[in-house]
Amino acid sequence: MNSIEIKNLSLNFGDVKVLKDLNLTIEKGEFLVLLGASGCGKSTLLNCIAGLLDVTDGQIFINEQNVTWLEPAQRGIGMVFQSYALYPQMTVEGNLSFSLKNAKLAKDEINRRVKNASEILQIEDLLKRKPAALSGGQRQRVAIGRALVRDVDVFLFDEPLSNLDAKLRTELRVEIKRLHHKLNNTMIYVTHDQIEAMTLANRIAIMRDGLILQLDDPKNIYNFPINKYVAEFIGSPGMNFLQGHINNKDNVSFQIDDTLFELNGYNFQTVVEDKRPVWLGVRPENIVVNDGNKSLPVNFDVVVEVIEPMGADTLVWSHFNGHEFRFTVDGNKVINIGEKINLGFDPLHISIFDFESEDRL
Amino acid sequence: MPNSLDMKTTNGPRGPKPRKILSRRNIILYGTLIFVAIYYLVPLYVMIVTSLKGMPEIRLGNIFSPPIEVTFEPWVKAWAQACTGLNCDGLSRGFWNSVKITIPSVFVSIVIASINGYALANWRFKGANLFFTILIFGAFIPYQIMIYPLVILLRDLGLYTKLPGLILIHTIFGMPILTLLFRNYFTTIPEELFKAARVDGAGFWGIYFRVMMPMSLPIFAVAIVLQVTGIWNDFLFGVIYTKPENYPMTVQLNNIVNSVQGVKEYNVNMAATLLTGLVPLAIYFISGKLFVRGIAAGAVKG
Repeated sequence: MNSIEIKNLSLNFGDVKVLKDLNLTIEKGEFLVLLGASGCGKSTLLNCIAGLLDVTDGQIFINEQNVTWLEPAQRGIGMVFQSYALYPQMTVEGNLSFSLKNAKLAKDEINRRVKNASEILQIEDLLKRKPAALSGGQRQRVAIGRALVRDVDVFLFDEPLSNLDAKLRTELRVEIKRLHHKLNNTMIYVTHDQIEAMTLANRIAIMRDGLILQLDDPKNIYNFPINKYVAEFIGSPGMNFLQGHINNKDNVSFQIDDTLFELNGYNFQTVVEDKRPVWLGVRPENIVVNDGNKSLPVNFDVVVEVIEPMGADTLVWSHFNGHEFRFTVDGNKVINIGEKINLGFDPLHISIFDFESEDRL
Repeated sequence: MPNSLDMKTTNGPRGPKPRKILSRRNIILYGTLIFVAIYYLVPLYVMIVTSLKGMPEIRLGNIFSPPIEVTFEPWVKAWAQACTGLNCDGLSRGFWNSVKITIPSVFVSIVIASINGYALANWRFKGANLFFTILIFGAFIPYQIMIYPLVILLRDLGLYTKLPGLILIHTIFGMPILTLLFRNYFTTIPEELFKAARVDGAGFWGIYFRVMMPMSLPIFAVAIVLQVTGIWNDFLFGVIYTKPENYPMTVQLNNIVNSVQGVKEYNVNMAATLLTGLVPLAIYFISGKLFVRGIAAGAVKG
């Protein structure tokens, strides 16, 4: 059963088209992450689903019901905002019960739900406090609790962790994931942080200029990005790109200047003609340092320029044929600047994009 | 060697740097401040001492000297006996008229303006910008242009010379500046808070009363101060739109001070003036802190 269905949704602010004829179906219990750079329309889409913005065209269904014209409170959603948006003059308890009082629920039902939500989020001790007396992490918990008490099927998160420091962010990220396992309701989560997207999502929708570029599970998005933009956006450190063309003389190969990389094992989507200009993309973590055995199909040499130790791995910066080239090696490996290193990769783990359209080939 | 090291660590500069109290900077700064403060306070001082003197003492002509014999007679006379025209019941009548004018005018204008500002800031309806522009434009039209049309309007409404008519006038003239004040303040409240309240099922009034208003007490204080002082000190509308038995305190004060009959009682005049200024002064002292905070938060930003 579908939880949310978005049909041909468009939204214009004056002449600016923020969302363009967008279609999206989200299953019940799914954790969908809307990922994109700022200004791509991801928060706008979320606001449309919440009913906080009037759409220009199209329909929105939640639980098979057309909610396009319904008020936010009638849509069966709960929402968590980046700035927490707690009511500063109310206590935590007041914040949690505000929506229930507006819905004119019975007093003991309100108490039961507030108690339940505060137990789940471990904020029972904070109920009598005002938001000003809470830390950032506690505030965001209360904000999540405010969505929780409403007992709704759909949770909307608008960059909920962006205001927190790095440590709290990872903590709350896991907590949100636990919450999802526990409640098993549909969650839509907007972020520009690819780590959050990768770790939380069942499926990720990568957005750009009001369109969804790719909608897939995190693994596929990471391994088989649909175009160069997605490939660049996902993965940290970013993917390496080499500009060259296809050489079909003997085997299908990628040629950059005089160097030939045989592409045996790469799954082309289409037949690729000789001399077609392309980008070859390979992730730093898919590069293997050859300790002389040259077992991989593709081999080449680079000179180490900068090293960035990150604990578990070390990121090495170098150049290959005029293109910046990064790769990671084990953190314990001793590498010196100026050293010449032989690298290799498996064509199975690379991406080839058309030079013009930047689409995956 | 260890000796010199000890010297360095124990005798070197440590803690806050000492500052001279009588530095040139301080003398100029505080000197200027004290001078300006005296300059502004001298008239007030003269008024207070004069109001506490009897007439023979005033005739001596030493306006700066403190009263030899302190008397509260002029205050009592100003409040309860001073004559304007045929009435000799002092300023008290004007005071109560002013109270009857100020309280409803302040209340009504703030209620309407805050709702206006809230609607303009948070519920962007079609034509909101045009409406706002027209309203702000109203703040720049000189009062004098509207005086006569309003006389006719009030006469047709049957409110001319009556207190409700004057209250209506004050409410209308307070609208542009107050709406601007509230709108600007409400736009500084994070939009997400408003969105959260909508998701939580609060409507137009629910958000106004439960979320926006409790967060906006400083700006309400500012509005109250502005309106109370403005309306209490008003002279022009009071003299035009009311009749003698409804005159506000300011108009009555003018009539007492400018009366041409008999001896000029400077002490009574001073006491009357001080009495009239007491209300705005009290309001300012009570809410001064809030006023500054609200001005800083609402009127400058946005």
